[in-house]
Amino acid sequence: MTALLDTDQLLNELEAGLREQLTSRAVTSPALIGIRTGGVWLADAMNKRLGLEQPFGELDISFYRDDFSRIGLNPRVCPSHLPFETEDRDIILIDDVIMSGRTIRAAMNEIFDYGRPASIILCTLIDLGARELPIQPDVVGRTLSLQSHQRVKLQGPAPLKLELRETGQ
Amino acid sequence: MTAIATSDTALQLTRDGQLKHFLTLDGLQRPLLTDILDTADSFIEVGERTIKKVPLLRGRTVVNLFFESSTRTRSTFELAAKRLSADVLNLDINTSATSKGESLSDTLLNLEAMASDMFVVRHSQSGAPHFIAQSVTPGVAIVNAGDGRHAHPTQAMLDMLTIRQHKGSFEGLKVAIVGDVLHSRVARSQIAALNTLGVAEVRVIAPGTLLPRDVESLGCKVQYDMRAGLKDLDVVIMLRLQRERMQGALLPSEREFYRLYGLNTEKLALARPDCIVMHPGPINRGVEIESAVADGPQSVILNQVTNGIAVRMAVMSMAMSGQVAERTRGQAEGEQA
Repeated sequence: MTALLDTDQLLNELEAGLREQLTSRAVTSPALIGIRTGGVWLADAMNKRLGLEQPFGELDISFYRDDFSRIGLNPRVCPSHLPFETEDRDIILIDDVIMSGRTIRAAMNEIFDYGRPASIILCTLIDLGARELPIQPDVVGRTLSLQSHQRVKLQGPAPLKLELRETGQ
Repeated sequence: MTAIATSDTALQLTRDGQLKHFLTLDGLQRPLLTDILDTADSFIEVGERTIKKVPLLRGRTVVNLFFESSTRTRSTFELAAKRLSADVLNLDINTSATSKGESLSDTLLNLEAMASDMFVVRHSQSGAPHFIAQSVTPGVAIVNAGDGRHAHPTQAMLDMLTIRQHKGSFEGLKVAIVGDVLHSRVARSQIAALNTLGVAEVRVIAPGTLLPRDVESLGCKVQYDMRAGLKDLDVVIMLRLQRERMQGALLPSEREFYRLYGLNTEKLALARPDCIVMHPGPINRGVEIESAVADGPQSVILNQVTNGIAVRMAVMSMAMSGQVAERTRGQAEGEQA
């Protein structure tokens, strides 16, 4: 069984939350970075909604994962692409789902290898809780608490659809 | 050499087809070679950053075990390992007089006692890296950095990456390898890679004295006349004349060789106008290639060097990854038993 969450509504909330963050931090020229794959689709959407002229960045964190010693290298790694300087920039980091926080840790480590940003705002469409690291998003579309047989997945790139799946186990 | 080839696949791949050693291109299928090139593409981007380093092999120890001298290969392997955050130990070992089997075993035992995770091996004897891969402690990856006349697989893969960058794909390409094929482990690996990746035609262009007897069985056409051989070419790979390996009179003179098989501007004009010129280095200007060509607009020789770092990062991380997978599986099976 697959249920559809109201993705447009969530994107509206994400946009509103981001605008509020930018205003309260007095950030005028942020740079967006999406984590592959879902985060990149969201970065594209938010880049348009916020009316930013500069292209957004794409991050593939495969080389920065903390579980190489257990599962090895992701065979489908793609190059990261940040078409701007991160040094002293205010960054908005976007991913579709946050859970353990390990992906975000890896992403921040990678961003710092490009240069030292002035700040990072973390923005995720869904927060599933179950954190293993002290990392919290600044902007969240929705917080969900899933049963063990449920999975959430963002389908894209156009249209963006958030699916809640029952795995039947 | 056939004895080596039969055990290749079992030796260098895990049960589910991941790389765990990188010894030769024989027996490796197109999807795996494409994976290596794709992974290398991602590492090229890392090499363009201010901080050219990723934490993938942090805390691992890579030993560069060079029984034969090398500058470019060793330094790019060293840089590749360092950019993966591994610790690197460089050992240059002169083996001129020693009994190689024994000294190799002893050296290995000592290095294994230092808890090394990977050996990058260059040796003048064909099959030395295979021998090491067969006897090394499980969990240690072996990467061949050139063995005798047998193989130089990372060089061939960096050449393939360079060709793909400039030509987009391998489909329909006509590629020639020119010069001292007889002594060239690079040529053998290149012919294997080009055929696996599906180019239209591989030619070797050389005098008969510089071709191995069975060369056509490697999967290439032979052309003794360079001018005829250059026609319609998309890629021309020049080889270094390996005078140090030549025993007996294989050539009348270097001047004669240059006249017949050296690449100059006038001969290059016989190939397609967008033909790229490659050379594994070190180049001998005026022996196999004219300076105007080596430094000219069609030359991609320095691209090859840059790509060498990315390809070696890819191969090292993939082999280490295969070792990790194998160990994880071993542990799981051990728990079940």
